[in-house]
Amino acid sequence: MTQAYFRTDMLPPRVPPRGQRGALKWLRENLFASVTNSAITVIGLAIVVWLVVQAFPWFAHSVWNAKSLAECRDIVHQTWGPDASGACWAVIHERWNQYLYGFYPMDAYWRPNLAFLLMLAALAPLLFTHLPRQLLWYSAAYPALGYWLVWGGTAWAMVAILGGFVAGWLAFTLVKRISAGLAVAVAVLAAMGWWLFLAAPVTGALAAVAPLTLDFVPSDRLGGFLLSIIVGICGIVFSLPLGILLSLGRRSDMPLIRTFSVFFIEIIRGVPLITLLFTASFLLSYFLPPGTTFDLVLRVIIMVTIFSGAYMAETIRGGLAAIPRGQYEAADALGLTYWQAQRLIIMPQALKISIPGIVSSFIALFKDTTLVIFVALLDPLKGITDAVRGSAEWNGVYWEPYIFSGAIFFIFCFGMSRYSMYLERKLKTDHR
Amino acid sequence: MKKKLIWAAVAAAGLVATTAHAGTLEDVKARGVLNCGVNVGLAGFGAPDANGNWSGFDVSFCRAVAAAVLGDPTKVKFVPTTGETRFTSLASGEVDMLARNSTWTFKRENDLKLTFVAPNYYDGQGFMVPKALGVSSAKELEGATICVQTGTTTELNLADYFKQHNMKYTPVSIKTDAEGKQQFLAGACDAYTTDASGLAALRATFEKPADYVILPEIISKEPLAPVVRKGDDQWASIVRWTVFALIEAEELGVTSKNIDEMSKMTDHPELARLLGSQDDLGGELGLDKEWAKRAIAAVGNYGEIFEATIGANTPIGLARGLNAQWNKGGLMYAMPFH
Repeated sequence: MTQAYFRTDMLPPRVPPRGQRGALKWLRENLFASVTNSAITVIGLAIVVWLVVQAFPWFAHSVWNAKSLAECRDIVHQTWGPDASGACWAVIHERWNQYLYGFYPMDAYWRPNLAFLLMLAALAPLLFTHLPRQLLWYSAAYPALGYWLVWGGTAWAMVAILGGFVAGWLAFTLVKRISAGLAVAVAVLAAMGWWLFLAAPVTGALAAVAPLTLDFVPSDRLGGFLLSIIVGICGIVFSLPLGILLSLGRRSDMPLIRTFSVFFIEIIRGVPLITLLFTASFLLSYFLPPGTTFDLVLRVIIMVTIFSGAYMAETIRGGLAAIPRGQYEAADALGLTYWQAQRLIIMPQALKISIPGIVSSFIALFKDTTLVIFVALLDPLKGITDAVRGSAEWNGVYWEPYIFSGAIFFIFCFGMSRYSMYLERKLKTDHR
Repeated sequence: MKKKLIWAAVAAAGLVATTAHAGTLEDVKARGVLNCGVNVGLAGFGAPDANGNWSGFDVSFCRAVAAAVLGDPTKVKFVPTTGETRFTSLASGEVDMLARNSTWTFKRENDLKLTFVAPNYYDGQGFMVPKALGVSSAKELEGATICVQTGTTTELNLADYFKQHNMKYTPVSIKTDAEGKQQFLAGACDAYTTDASGLAALRATFEKPADYVILPEIISKEPLAPVVRKGDDQWASIVRWTVFALIEAEELGVTSKNIDEMSKMTDHPELARLLGSQDDLGGELGLDKEWAKRAIAAVGNYGEIFEATIGANTPIGLARGLNAQWNKGGLMYAMPFH
């Protein structure tokens, strides 16, 4: 009896043909999939090679230590031959302090340095939730501390300003039992009253007891990345709450608040940032009484915050619009008040949805800080660079300062972008 | 009613704003600091060094005014201004005066309500071309592409010149000198045009300056002068006569080094009036007797300023040319101190 042949074990898998595996497959599928694809690959490669060939000698011939552009060129010519050209990074090396601090007094560089480190510490609890929540108190007090360190003056002025918030909070908690709306009004009045009538004498009295004074540094001494970071971080930190309030205002049922929010957002968004900066720097001095000096950097920060806040409001409104109606109804069904519902249910979801948009706004804002050159503040990209170029030694450098500033800006913006991706991953709760 | 109140407030603010600028001298004295608008950075004319100390040709005039008015050439806050913001900055009161290589023109004086006090540098617009182009006169630039800064008198002069000579050209708009240099060196334009002083300064920064020539034609008049707001004659006089004092000092041979001996020479009436040992010219300006002496001692006379900042021995390397004294073939002519 014959028995049909049955295979009892699996054949071992055979190695795919040469063209279907390894690097060859990858190349064929990704770079040479079709005629067009191949052509684009070849052209792209040619451009990359050409760029590298063009730029490489320039980077390879970099000079790091020299006192002037002429000396740089001498060094390049001596080392690499009379026709060679090379990057002169010595300009960054020589003017490093100016790029970082502008014209901040040299013996006080420790103050912005310390302020920067403390700022990182203040941002940490805001950025990473696993840190102890008590640190948030320090974060809240940091703006006053940072201002005092960078600008100087007496520390008690800052304490007095913080005192206004404390007075407002005390008033709020005392009156809250009677009526929440009344409490807000009383709190605002209490804070205003404190700032208008009590802050100055209290500052004077405390300063008389223990001075705690740092040398005052006027705003026109600030410049470079110090200025960019101050304007950028202040704009970022203050524009987010402003944006949240405006976005809620725009969706509010109260006509007055809604109209105001719509007007504010549309007017600010309808005007370029440069116009706002011009208004802050020139128009205001026409209207303020003569002799009033309202710090220019402060004016710029306010304008940048307002500008960014309007965009932020629309980004967050997008997040609010994406939340299903059921969430609002659920909050109502649980008997939560408006603010409880916003805080516990609506905002966490809306903000999570808006993260990419919010971070994009932040990045745009940080890059926009270079526009302060138009109101005579020395930003690192153009202001400081022009000043450096105006000196006899460095007149004629072109690419190096731009490449340097660009690299620093890239580090900051890329960092923000990576952080937003981390945050998105961390907050991901859906089941996609 | 409410509307009326608001309008009243606006009107009051406007009134305050206009009266605020009447007494610039008082404002400056009360503040203790002169706010002076300068270029963000122009080699030789004004730029900060690594420590933030400003120096340069225009900067010296700010310091001279500060020395005359406040008695201290360091009591100056330099406000960097761009080509677009300079006049707004002055009109809004952000700065008390501008010393920022600005050309004195009819429109600027009458339309923008500015007072140009006295030219401190006579410039003129020229052209620079690569030697390889083989051009030796501006009249041979028919059909050329020309790099020119926007928003300046340069642009208008260029158009006028080519129209007048019935030639065609293609303008390449640039924003700053540094950008223009890059475009010109990269061959984006055949010729580069700006003030002759600027051309010389720019060429000095090239890697191979000998490969470029500055054409002989000067196609415009560019009298550069410090500027103040119109309507404050006293302040305009102070700035104007400070400039004249520096020019007069050169003519009379007063330098920052010999000024102490010179002020003791009582037998020279012109000198005595200028330096305040005779008459009280300063009093008529609202200043003290030694205003001019302090200005000259602080920054030197006109010739000294020129040689130290943009003269033949500096990297900028400009010849005196039109800016020599009137009795040496130039246009520098101080009005008499009587």
